[in-house]
Amino acid sequence: MAAFLIRRLIGAVLVCLAVTFIVFIIFILVPGGGKRGTAERIAGKNATPELVTSVEHKWGFDRPIYVQYAKMIQQMFSNKLVSYTSQQNVLSQIVQGMPATFSLTIGAGIIWLSFGILVGVISAVTAGRLSDRVITVLALIGISMPVFWLGIVTRYYLAEGGVTTLFPDGEYVGILSNPLQWFWHLLLPWLVLAVLFIGFYGRVLRGNILDAINEDYVRTAKAKGLNPRRIMIKHVLRTSLIPIVTLFGLDFAGVLGGGAILTETVFDLHGVGQYAAQSINNFDLPPIMGVTMYGAFFIVVFSVLVDLFYAYLDPRIRPT
Amino acid sequence: MAERLLDVEGLSVQFATEDGLVRAVDGVSFELERGQVLGIVGESGSGKSVTAMTIMGLTRGVNARFEGSVHYQGKDLLQISDTEMQDYRGNEIGMIFQDPMTSLNPVYRVGEQIVEAIQAHEDVDKRSARRRSVELLRQVGIPNPETRVDDFPHQFSGGMRQRAMIAMALSCNPAILIADEPTTALDVTIQAQIVELIGRLKDDFNSAVIMITHDLGVVADIADEILVMYAGRVVERASTRDLFYDPQMPYTWGLLGSIPRLDRPRPERLYSIEGAPPSLINMPKGCKFRPRCPHAFDKCMEEPRLEQRVEAAGHLDRCWLDVEYKRAHRDAMISGESTEAA
Repeated sequence: MAAFLIRRLIGAVLVCLAVTFIVFIIFILVPGGGKRGTAERIAGKNATPELVTSVEHKWGFDRPIYVQYAKMIQQMFSNKLVSYTSQQNVLSQIVQGMPATFSLTIGAGIIWLSFGILVGVISAVTAGRLSDRVITVLALIGISMPVFWLGIVTRYYLAEGGVTTLFPDGEYVGILSNPLQWFWHLLLPWLVLAVLFIGFYGRVLRGNILDAINEDYVRTAKAKGLNPRRIMIKHVLRTSLIPIVTLFGLDFAGVLGGGAILTETVFDLHGVGQYAAQSINNFDLPPIMGVTMYGAFFIVVFSVLVDLFYAYLDPRIRPT
Repeated sequence: MAERLLDVEGLSVQFATEDGLVRAVDGVSFELERGQVLGIVGESGSGKSVTAMTIMGLTRGVNARFEGSVHYQGKDLLQISDTEMQDYRGNEIGMIFQDPMTSLNPVYRVGEQIVEAIQAHEDVDKRSARRRSVELLRQVGIPNPETRVDDFPHQFSGGMRQRAMIAMALSCNPAILIADEPTTALDVTIQAQIVELIGRLKDDFNSAVIMITHDLGVVADIADEILVMYAGRVVERASTRDLFYDPQMPYTWGLLGSIPRLDRPRPERLYSIEGAPPSLINMPKGCKFRPRCPHAFDKCMEEPRLEQRVEAAGHLDRCWLDVEYKRAHRDAMISGESTEAA
């Protein structure tokens, strides 16, 4: 067990470093990136070539790539990573965005997981009947609707300034300053973000349940004379939910790590995802590196957690 | 007179499928008495498993249609509700299945699964249910049952899992144990142990056994009576002794011929019945075995009834052939010397 954890943690550090390296290389290679492009942007619109060159030298863009990369990693770990454009400390910006991102993720995660399971169970239990077909159609619509479109439409029809004024129009209110407003402001983003996952989880779970119902051990459970509810919960759902755990762990980590860029931006939540979007817009490498590292951290940590939980759920893969 | 436990009368099971109505079981009748072992033998698709599953109420569904009756101690199990049926499953009739590798739930401990079966029918606390599980595992021959009770199924070998399945099926002391191909997925050496175990436990628990198999050899030692099924029908029914010494259906000869035997000269190769069982949607006219029967003649276009045609009481079959003709010619087919009709 300890050996497993140590192995996974070493792997996690390597993955994070590899991810930052790849992002760094991409930034150097894309048009407009690299030393010249960045220096030109920092120097301003009407800068002379001499000024650009001096910026290049001053910011260290003329040093070899591996030196620049090492320096950036060093800055990242000593909390000296600073945005090229706004000159603000990257870590403090991320920390500022975390309450909104965490609130969005946790709320939406609870909604999408519980409704995803509900939808999957209902459509599996009524497979082939009308309710299953209706749910299937709704789920496919939910999966196919782009978040930015759904977000804008709900804002237009439901939020302040639009057709009706049922909900406030975006923005994040701290949970500590006003819990009620916090909830009220996040409700639409939660639902919009959850819709996609509900449809997807529902479809996956439906398939898993229908497979599990035909397993021999379910027949055994029936032959024991158990009641159908117990068979469903203890024997069918228990095994059907195992793959959902993996999905949820990684999706949750992705959104927590700033992956809900569209939702955060559409509803102007000022979370980590929106910060990432702005930084990408501005071709601003240090925040991109910072957010990438932050996101990779959550993915890596949650994949370890998922593995541990997996072993708990399925005794066959437990180390003995 | 032994106590009559089960009375199956004209049981037919049909399933509506996209291709048409499948007649899986057609007019099957038999009785089972306490202490008796009944063997049901036939190829895949002969309806033997569906018969057993129907007794357990496991074939119920929107697409299934039933006729006839299955009386268990006077109650027709085909007529009672699903909820009532739960009280019979596991409690009055226990069942074990073909593949012990997949019949136990991989995520629960073996003991938990037995405890679950006990608690489904009896109001006992977990500790005493667990104590009984240990005792049951001991009875079915699991070594160190006190510790193995907490193992997961994947920590058991195939034979041990089947033993655990038997322990689970017997946990509520059912009057009838249905074993659906209990040895098919096991090694030959383990097969004999499991059959022997079922026979012994039948006496210990004072129950009756329905043993379903495609292998006559498996039931030869243990069964009192044997039903041979083909295309959903019983084609021959006799005491085990009569069936082995005076088999009447050419189909039964084929089954007998496909068992390797040490007491006869070894044939070039084991006999195998030509062709495949008929489609259950489009049955052949007349005797269902006719298209594969080397002895078929014109009368076989008319389906024979299941009735007594030989001297021995209770020996029924569905074959038009003359009894003396059959007695003269069957040995060739059984011993595999020739597959041609003489």
